[in-house]
Amino acid sequence: MSEHITEIVVFTLLFLLVSAMGFVAARWRAPKDMAHLDEWGLGGRSFGGWVTWFLIGGDLYTAYTFVAVPALIFGAGAAGFFAVPYTVVIYPLFFLILIRLWSVSHRHGFVTPADFVRTRFDSPLLALLIAITGIVATMPYIALQLVGIEAVLKTMGVTGDSALARHAPIIVAFAILAAYTYQSGLRAPALIAFVKDTLIYIVILVAVLYLPYKLGGWGSIFDDAAAKFQASPAPNDGLTLNANNQLQYVTLALGSALALFLYPHSITGVLASKNRNVIKRNMSALPAYSLLLGLIALLGYMAISAGVKPLPGATQGSVDSNTVVPLLFDQQFPSWFAGVAFAAIGIGALVPAAIMSIAAANLFTRNIYKEYIRKDATHAQEAGVAKIASLVVKVGAVAFIIFLDPQFSIDLQLIGGIIILQTAPAVAIGLYTRWLHRGGLIAGWAAGMGLGLWMLYQIPNAATKRAHFGGSAFPLEKFGFDTPKTIYVGFVAVALNLLVAVVVTLILRAMKTPEGVDGTEPDDYFADEGDPRLEQARQTPDTLASST
Amino acid sequence: MSTPRSDRSPWNWLLVIPIVLPLITPLYNFDSPRLWGFPAFYWLQLSFILVGVATTSTVYRMTRRPPSPSASSSSSSSSSSSSEASDE
Repeated sequence: MSEHITEIVVFTLLFLLVSAMGFVAARWRAPKDMAHLDEWGLGGRSFGGWVTWFLIGGDLYTAYTFVAVPALIFGAGAAGFFAVPYTVVIYPLFFLILIRLWSVSHRHGFVTPADFVRTRFDSPLLALLIAITGIVATMPYIALQLVGIEAVLKTMGVTGDSALARHAPIIVAFAILAAYTYQSGLRAPALIAFVKDTLIYIVILVAVLYLPYKLGGWGSIFDDAAAKFQASPAPNDGLTLNANNQLQYVTLALGSALALFLYPHSITGVLASKNRNVIKRNMSALPAYSLLLGLIALLGYMAISAGVKPLPGATQGSVDSNTVVPLLFDQQFPSWFAGVAFAAIGIGALVPAAIMSIAAANLFTRNIYKEYIRKDATHAQEAGVAKIASLVVKVGAVAFIIFLDPQFSIDLQLIGGIIILQTAPAVAIGLYTRWLHRGGLIAGWAAGMGLGLWMLYQIPNAATKRAHFGGSAFPLEKFGFDTPKTIYVGFVAVALNLLVAVVVTLILRAMKTPEGVDGTEPDDYFADEGDPRLEQARQTPDTLASST
Repeated sequence: MSTPRSDRSPWNWLLVIPIVLPLITPLYNFDSPRLWGFPAFYWLQLSFILVGVATTSTVYRMTRRPPSPSASSSSSSSSSSSSEASDE
């Protein structure tokens, strides 16, 4: 531990700095009245271009991403690079779809996607399903942020023999995080994101300029990786894709992009911005993070070239591949700079964890508490409940990590991405058309969930010797096709979801089942800040659907 | 304020490019030519990020509405006039 003392000191100082910022954030852009969910849970819906850029960037590119993506590249090569097409595809989708959600939410005061679904389809049940899906998908994602911190702590030698001693630093970190999120709401991660992202950009720029110089240039880094994959017995690794994993690569990239913008925390980040132009401009500015992520992914190859050996995992004989990037930094950087890099990852975990817990708390408050427990809740009561819910969510996430194998969180996160995708027909398509019947959407959701979970259960993992939940690449031969190709589970599940939704819609319509009343107007979907709404283009959602 | 009350625009079709391009693996699944030591697989996909930036900023510029003078949000959602044509 003593050899890491400089790293630990730098890490702790930076951590304390952002904690102080988290508490001060309550007074930043001081709200008129913090006892309102719009203030606590959406930062007053007032964030301009820069704040939004840091907030959404800090939100989408989590510590886990920074640790897990290079770990994937380290292990499998090209297949792990899906993170780049994934984050290219995401922004045009935001641009086209989420902007409409911003407008309609701005008009109607929606805080969550389930609020929108409830009003659009006049169905509290569908809204409840969307809310529960969101909460369940978000919980393990928060837990995974802790896995990111833990990888760093492990590398610095901060471990103990008992489970409690090993987890003490994480418990302390999360207690501080919970306290300032409770007090400052979304303003805390928004302010901390400035520090986090600045640190990450510095660390990565230094890493991609300095490390190739030390390791003999990019060409030799890639050649070292190619040599490693050549020697390994695994069939699907390599510097490029092979015939069997291209379909998986593409469907995973597209499916992950669709899932990401449905996650409650991304929607919270978008709804907090003050107008449409802020969002649209950010869609051109946020790809800076994608470039960063692409470079971070390549750290996995640098680790191969530098001969990094991952630390042992939680169970005997396994390795924790998430430690490759921290180890690379520890090995190659002077210790004070490694400390800065570790702090960047550690703080990088706090920003998304805070936003995710706020998003989950918003869902609980709006779509469960206000809908089913206390219909006449005041704004102050809503804010109060959300604050407590955010605490509960964080305690739950810490419990996940302490009492369960971290692998379990990773499995759940895998499932989370697939189940959140099942809200796509209601939320994303619902923003364009109301053609799908609420009953059809519910049936589609159930079918997609069922198929997705079944497929995940069927996937073994040879590397970890597990029979179920071994990954998200489903072998097509299990469907009876004679091929070694694989496909992303979420993609198949959401396709079935949509199919069922369409068929059931046709049946219900033929039976003349009531469809409920649409609480939104067509022009709500492009309302903007300060828009006088004096004249409106009349477009029915149905004509929109038929022309696309 | 006589801007069309719609977010439809033919410019939006440009956004199909950065959605579809990264999903066509035969376009970039090669090792050579290398650029600064990067295999084509990597530098081509990183360059798609720039395609994404170029298209979203073009569409943003072309569909931008002038900022409105009053900064407060309006909650009136009456739908009186009906003849405004969408631009598609």
